[in-house]
Order: sequence, then C-alpha cells, then structure tokens
Amino acid sequence: MDLKTLTIIVVGLSFALYIGIAIWARAGTTKEFYVAGGGVHPIVNGMATGADWMSAASFISMAGLIAFLGYGGSVYLMGWTGGYVLLAVLLAPYLRKFGKFTVPEFIGDRYYSQTARIVAVICLIFISFTYVAGQMRGVGIVFSRFLEVEITTGLIIGMGLVFFYAVLGGMKGITYTQVAQYCVLIFAYTIPAVFISLQISGNVVPQLGLGGQMGDMYFLDKLNKTVTDLGFSAYTTGSKSMIDVFCITLALMAGTAGLPHVIVRFFTVPKVHDARLSAGWALVFIAILYTTAPAVGAMARYNLHATVNSSVASGGDMFAPEASIQGESRPDWMKRWEKTGLIMWEDKNGDGRIQYYNEKSKNADFLAKAEAAGWKGNELGSKKADKFVGTVDNDIMVLANPEIAGLPDWVIALIAAGGIAAALSTAAGLLLVISSAISHDLMKGVFAKNISEKTELMAGRVAAAFAVAIAGYLGYNPPGFVAQVVAFAFGLACASLFPTIVLGIFSKTMNRAGAIYGMLTGLIFTLTYIVYFKRDVLLGMEKVPDSQWLFGISPEGIGVIGMLLNFIVAFIVMKMTAPCPDHIQHLVEGIRYPRGSGTAQSH
Amino acid sequence: MSSPQSFDPKAYWSATLKLLATTMIIWFIVSFGAGILFRDTLDGMMHIGGYPLGFWFAQQGSIFIFVGLIFWYAKRMDKIDREHDVHED
Repeated sequence: MDLKTLTIIVVGLSFALYIGIAIWARAGTTKEFYVAGGGVHPIVNGMATGADWMSAASFISMAGLIAFLGYGGSVYLMGWTGGYVLLAVLLAPYLRKFGKFTVPEFIGDRYYSQTARIVAVICLIFISFTYVAGQMRGVGIVFSRFLEVEITTGLIIGMGLVFFYAVLGGMKGITYTQVAQYCVLIFAYTIPAVFISLQISGNVVPQLGLGGQMGDMYFLDKLNKTVTDLGFSAYTTGSKSMIDVFCITLALMAGTAGLPHVIVRFFTVPKVHDARLSAGWALVFIAILYTTAPAVGAMARYNLHATVNSSVASGGDMFAPEASIQGESRPDWMKRWEKTGLIMWEDKNGDGRIQYYNEKSKNADFLAKAEAAGWKGNELGSKKADKFVGTVDNDIMVLANPEIAGLPDWVIALIAAGGIAAALSTAAGLLLVISSAISHDLMKGVFAKNISEKTELMAGRVAAAFAVAIAGYLGYNPPGFVAQVVAFAFGLACASLFPTIVLGIFSKTMNRAGAIYGMLTGLIFTLTYIVYFKRDVLLGMEKVPDSQWLFGISPEGIGVIGMLLNFIVAFIVMKMTAPCPDHIQHLVEGIRYPRGSGTAQSH
Repeated sequence: MSSPQSFDPKAYWSATLKLLATTMIIWFIVSFGAGILFRDTLDGMMHIGGYPLGFWFAQQGSIFIFVGLIFWYAKRMDKIDREHDVHED
C-alpha cells in the first residue's frame, strides 16, 4: 500500500472516531454547551486540557524551533508548562468556586460593570481569533502536505469536522473528542521519538536518550561538536540575551494562565478540589510531549547534519570534498519535501554537492577553512516567495522526522493524523470560548437579557458556526502575521486578562475603574509595541531595528511589561476612585474557600 | 456560605497565602533560577548523564518539578481546607 493511501486510511479512521464521539456527546442544555454539564472527571479534564492546549504549533513547530535554537528553545518549554503552576495556585480553583460559565462573566461580576465585561470580551475575541487562524492554517498545511490536496480542500474538511462537533456538542462534544485527539496526537508524537532515540543512543525513553551516550561520547557533546564544527553556536548555550529569555518565559507562562480557552476547561470539573488536581493532570499529559520535544529537536538536528555531511557520523574531515552528499543522491524525503518549499537546495559553488553550514559564523577560523574548501555559502535552506532562504523551515523537523530517520510508512501516516488532531482540538476549544463570549456575555449578559435558555443555546450554535467560517477564512487567506500570532495571543493574555483576574481574586479592594483602566493599559501598550516592532511583517513598512527594543526585550516578551503597567495603573486608579462596594468584597471573600462550590451556575 | 462558627477566614487565608508563596518560590527557583539566571554556573558545576545541569533544568527538570509541585500543592491545600473545615463534602 502506498504512503498516500495509508495516510488517508489513518486520518479517515481518526475522523470517524471524532464524529462518533460527537454524536454520542450532543449538548442538550446551555450548561452542557458551555461547561459540559460540570461533571467531568479531573483526569479526563486534564487530558482534554492537554489536547486543548497543545496546538498545531506545539505539535508541528516546537521541536523544530528547539532544534535550531538549542538552549534558546527552552523559553517555550518552560513558558508553556510553567503557566499551569500559575493556573493551579492563582486562578483555576477560585474561578471554579465562582461557578459561572465564562471568563468575561467573572470579570463583569467581580468588577460590577458591564463595561469591564465588554472589555474582557474584546480581549478574549482578539486573543482567540489570532490563535485560531493559526490552527486552521495548520490543518490546511497538514492536509496539503500529506494528502497532496489543495490547502482550501483541507481547510474545508477541517472546518466541516470542527463545525460538526463544536456546534452540535458544545463543550460536552469538545471535551470527549479532545480526549480522543489527545490519544492520537501523543501516540503520533512519541512513537517516532522512541524509534529515533533508539537509533541514536539505544535508549527507549527519549528523555533519557537525549542525555545518553552515542558511541563513546554523550550525544549532546557530539551534537555540540557537530554544530560548532559547522560554524553554528553550541547547542546547549543560546544566543538570546538573559533578560529577553527571562521576559519571554514569563510572558508565555502568564499568557498561558490567562488564555480563556484554557481557563474555561477548569469550569467543567465538579469541585474546587478537582480544579487543582486537574491542573496537575493536565500538566502530566502536556509534559509527556513537552519533555519529548527537546529530544526530537536535538536528534532531528543531528540527523539532518549527518545526512548532508558523512563526516558528522564518521568523525572525519567535514571539509573533505567527498564528505558532503552529492545533490543527485540526496534522499527521497528531501526531494519530496522540496515540493512544499520547506527545504531547498541551491548549488552555489556548482560542485554538485550540498554544503550545509553557518555562513554567517563569527568564527573567522572556521570561515577561512570553509573558503579554502571551496564552499561558497550555505546551500541548504527553504523556499520563501520562490527565493532561496538560508534557513531550513522549523516544521520539517517534525513533519519529515520519520522519513529522515527511515521509519516505516505507518509512522508517517500517524504524524499526519496527530498534526490534524492537535490543530482541530485547539481550534474547537477556541471556537467555543468565542461563541460563548457572544451568546452568553454579549447577548444574554448585556444586549438581550430576556432570551430563553433554548434561544441562548441556538445563539451559541449560530455564533460557533460563524466563528468557524471566519476562522476558515483567516486560515485560507492569512493576514501576513500568522507566524507572529503566538506573540500576539500570549502577550495580550499576559498583559490584559491575567493581571485583572488575579487582582479580582487576591485583592478585595480592587475596584471597577482600576480594573478597566489596567486592562486597557496592558492591552494597548502591548499591542502597540508588538505592531511597532513587527510593522515590517504586519503593515509592510520598513523594519524597526531590534536595537531599539525597550530594555532589550523582544515583542515576544513585552507582555511582561504590559502586565506590570496593568498592575500599576490599576492600583493608582483605584486609589483615586470610589472604593469597591461591600457586597463585592463579600463575593471575593466567598470565592476564597472551597465549601459550597456546587456546579457551574448560569445565575 | 454555611461556614461553621469555628471558621476563621483570616487564618484560613493566611495559611493559603503561605502555601501559595512557598509554591511560587519553588516554581521560580527551578525555572527562572536554575534554568535561566544561574544556568551558566550550574552548567559548569555538574552534568546529569550528558545533560549540563542548567540546560537539564531548562529543558526537562523544571517541567517534571512543575508537575510534582502542582500535586503537592493540591494535597497541602486539601489539608488546609480540612483543618479549617471549609472542605467540600
């Protein structure tokens, strides 16, 4: 059976599973639609949260990012897991005790203000839509690359599927499909990792394999030697400044804890006690992938170098002419992925061989040797806008990984199913928070308070359907910034929702005006900073040099400053305006202890 | 809120905040401390297998400790809840 047929069968089976679950878990009430009835077991919720959380970016791009950044990739590893500690101790149990359906609802009630609720809805929609566009794009890309269909066809199939279970099943349908999707994606991620770890260091456990031995030396030492010999910076040290690493990590952590689609997952468990435990379980399931990713990245990076230069494995002279692979005899996977532009070979010195090295190395000694060997620039990269770019695309490290390592076809098919599962599960979670913000917060909460539960449920479904359509359009016709959405979504969540919710729980006196001005300050400052420094990609204007960064903090990490400003402005405004009323102070008192939690209530 | 007579909200909240502070300190030390601020020192100090120690904290250790930390926190919170008689059924 050829690879394409096999991929169609594996992906098709996974789809049949999701559809089956969606039909079994239809939502009949608004409570089932918004919080899956509120009776989800903490381990089940943890698994669903894992799938909800791990997006196309985690599955497809992260290992590749780590592969090329080395130590610098740690910001994603720590940032996207450490947020769960913040969730468990600062947010989840208290919001669960509060016992409502949505994040804006908490902000509106806590700050006794419809304005605050609407500002929260705006933050939520902004965060969720930028994020969901990336997911739909991910679905389209996986489809087009593995099944060789148009991106549009892939998008439409993906939209249809999400539409089916998100619109029909609401949170209930999403929860149980996410459990299935978690199983598919974790299986797809770890199987190739185990094989590769076995090949490289003979260890079944990738987490141990990365620290294990390869021949007579440690694999990481071997990798460090390989990449520095080729002019790159050592793998286990980084090139980012410490303050930037610090801020990006913190922004990703607080951003994670402030993402509405993650927070609402904790509204579905029966008790406050379960919300705390569930955060732990979620991180267990996430950690399985996140501790495997560094191994996948490092080993894929090694395999790539070893494929192109035979002296990497043999320990011979890297500059010997016959060490570099002949272009004609490059492996099949390279030829196959060249079609997608993720990888590209350009024979700059016309010797018919591929030289892959860092032509911008700061090591003059190395550059002299390369020149002496007749190397005229790095020849392996990717294709962007029909031009050769000197960096191999991150995504190929996961997508082509099984092929690079020579694994069987069914493993490759599994990667396709896993990538789609990761993208769909996250997209569905995001679409649900968008639709509940519209039907529950805007309609039921502000503009049409008297609608019946049945009408509200219908409104939720219609909103979900519209959100799917918009997300599909954004995925098909992405504004230039899709690659930058991560910086947006996390920075904004970190600077707007996270501080406001934390203040709402831990300060009894924080008042309406403080919260609104704080949220707006965080949102506007962060948004402006990101747009200013990304204006080359976003608006097509001339790039602002990175040397102008505030305190040397990149747009990815600026959410931290936005968060500080949010706190500062909130406290200053609070001192100058009317104090928080007594009944709100009692409400805050009430969410601080677990007894009497009941299940999530609409009123 | 059907809190019993013996319930002392202040004592409960200060016990909660104390545990929260401990948890956050550990959270900070294993990630920002060991994985970022003192990574160089730790890298030079020792290796775990092939992992330089600071690098290990940044890419593996911090994540494992986060997981353990949340379960430990949840267990300690349960104890505080019971001691102050605010636990759920």
